[in-house]
Amino acid sequence: MEIRAEIVAQRGPFALQLHLVTQQRRVGILGESGAGKTMTLRAIAGLERTARGRLEVNGRVLLDSARGVCLPARERRVAMVFQQYALFPHRTVEENVAFGLHGLPPAERGARARDAARKMHLEDLLARYPRQLSGGQQQRVALARALATEPEILLLDEPLSALDFHLRGLVEKELLDSLAEFRGAALYVSHSLEEVYRLCDEIVVLSRGRVLASGPKEEIFLRPPSREVARLTGCKNMSQASALAGGMVEALDWGLRMRVAQPLPQARYVAIRANHITFADQPGGENVFPCTVVESTETPFRRTLYLRLNSAPGDGWQLQAEVQKDRWEELKSRPAPWHVRLDPHRVFVTSE
Amino acid sequence: MDLSPIRLSLETSLAATAVVTLVGTLVAGWRVRRRGTAFELLDGIFLLPLVLPPTVVGFLLLLFFGRSSALGAFLYGLGIRLVFSWPATVVAASVTTFPLMYMTARAALEQVDAPLVEAARTLGARESRIFREILLPLAWPGLAAGMVLTFARALGDFGATLILAGNIPGRTQTLPLAIFFAVESGDTADAVRLSVVTVAISLAALGALNLWTRHRRGLAMRVVEQE
Repeated sequence: MEIRAEIVAQRGPFALQLHLVTQQRRVGILGESGAGKTMTLRAIAGLERTARGRLEVNGRVLLDSARGVCLPARERRVAMVFQQYALFPHRTVEENVAFGLHGLPPAERGARARDAARKMHLEDLLARYPRQLSGGQQQRVALARALATEPEILLLDEPLSALDFHLRGLVEKELLDSLAEFRGAALYVSHSLEEVYRLCDEIVVLSRGRVLASGPKEEIFLRPPSREVARLTGCKNMSQASALAGGMVEALDWGLRMRVAQPLPQARYVAIRANHITFADQPGGENVFPCTVVESTETPFRRTLYLRLNSAPGDGWQLQAEVQKDRWEELKSRPAPWHVRLDPHRVFVTSE
Repeated sequence: MDLSPIRLSLETSLAATAVVTLVGTLVAGWRVRRRGTAFELLDGIFLLPLVLPPTVVGFLLLLFFGRSSALGAFLYGLGIRLVFSWPATVVAASVTTFPLMYMTARAALEQVDAPLVEAARTLGARESRIFREILLPLAWPGLAAGMVLTFARALGDFGATLILAGNIPGRTQTLPLAIFFAVESGDTADAVRLSVVTVAISLAALGALNLWTRHRRGLAMRVVEQE
């Protein structure tokens, strides 16, 4: 499975410049609202009229503006699951699923539609209309309808965002299972870091219509290539920095020097994720610095601590740390100052 | 009382409704989701019969189909004489009602969710199939309303019909014309009777639309109750 895309598209003042090459079967497209995620999917599906450039899927050319090639959406073998599912309201579940199998003889068409529906556990709902279905069921119909056509690429546009919060976990699991059987490539758009991380192998980070980074998810999350990618992948703690000798780096905003496992001579920023920050029992270890807790907020299972480093210039807090509730119970009675530890293997530096 | 105006009016209005529904829906379907100044200019032409006085429409049609125009001469050559014939009443009513159907159909087609059309495209459907299987069924309530409006308006055309088709009793004299000439000749009783018939037909058309809408809503309710 290989996708090669070099596409530009324009919508009003917004310009998309997509550069994407991937051999992976599960690709997540991450970005803030308005970053061009949906437009990326639409350009690949052939729904974006202004799209120019080149698009190749497994060697098959879907778009080549230089040669005047632009396959219409219906010939691309690219199926899409829309954000609101876009089920045909006047058609039953079975008719919806069978819609893309138009060219087949009726008997085979029905058999294949029912087969696709069965895989999504829809066999008892075949005669229902979309409005009679729950959000999770609608999503399964949309997926069954898309997969029934045996597409080469499946595009999923925030397929969980229309669901109630308590349903998401469950439906996400189902989605993961059904994608496991799908042999083509799936491009999954979301603004949820965790969703994308759980469902995909490779991640593409989009911002203002451009690809900022792409690669294996572990790589992108562990060592973001830039400050912007770090921010978009949820990194909360960042400081301007300058590289020192011996694998050391000076964090200017934090007023401290620390060791990093993977130094960079041209480092300009140093960062660490909130959940990677730990606390040492005593002062003096490597990358251990005195601090005080200025503020804290809680979620059901975690506590977010806002830390003021004793070394930092200026006021306010510099670091945001996330700890599990039970760890917080152990920590909270400790006298100040606390000793925050920035693991050299968790700290990363970027040059831009 | 001569009943031919009633028969003629019904025939003319039904024929015009059929023609305009077909043409208006197809043109609206072609026009829908196309953007650009050229299309807006075209809209101006499509909507012209709505804003022009019907007599002007009738006169322009007379010029257009008359023997002195290229089209008129061509039709004469084929032995077709449109002006002052029954088909002329259909042409007049069709042209004056076209904007109504076109506008209602366009609005009805435009309110169909764009992602439904796009989903159909990614599922391999051609535009003609999308029009038939997605747009038409989902826009149907609006199209039906457009048809009723078209029928009611076609029933009422006076100016364009008079100029293009003339007032030939039994051939082109529709209800509005019959009423006008009855009043003019002082035959008030006949004018009243024909007016009552006209009101009855118009009300029946609107009533049918109303019933049908309620029936549809009833269907939708029953479907919801089944859940």
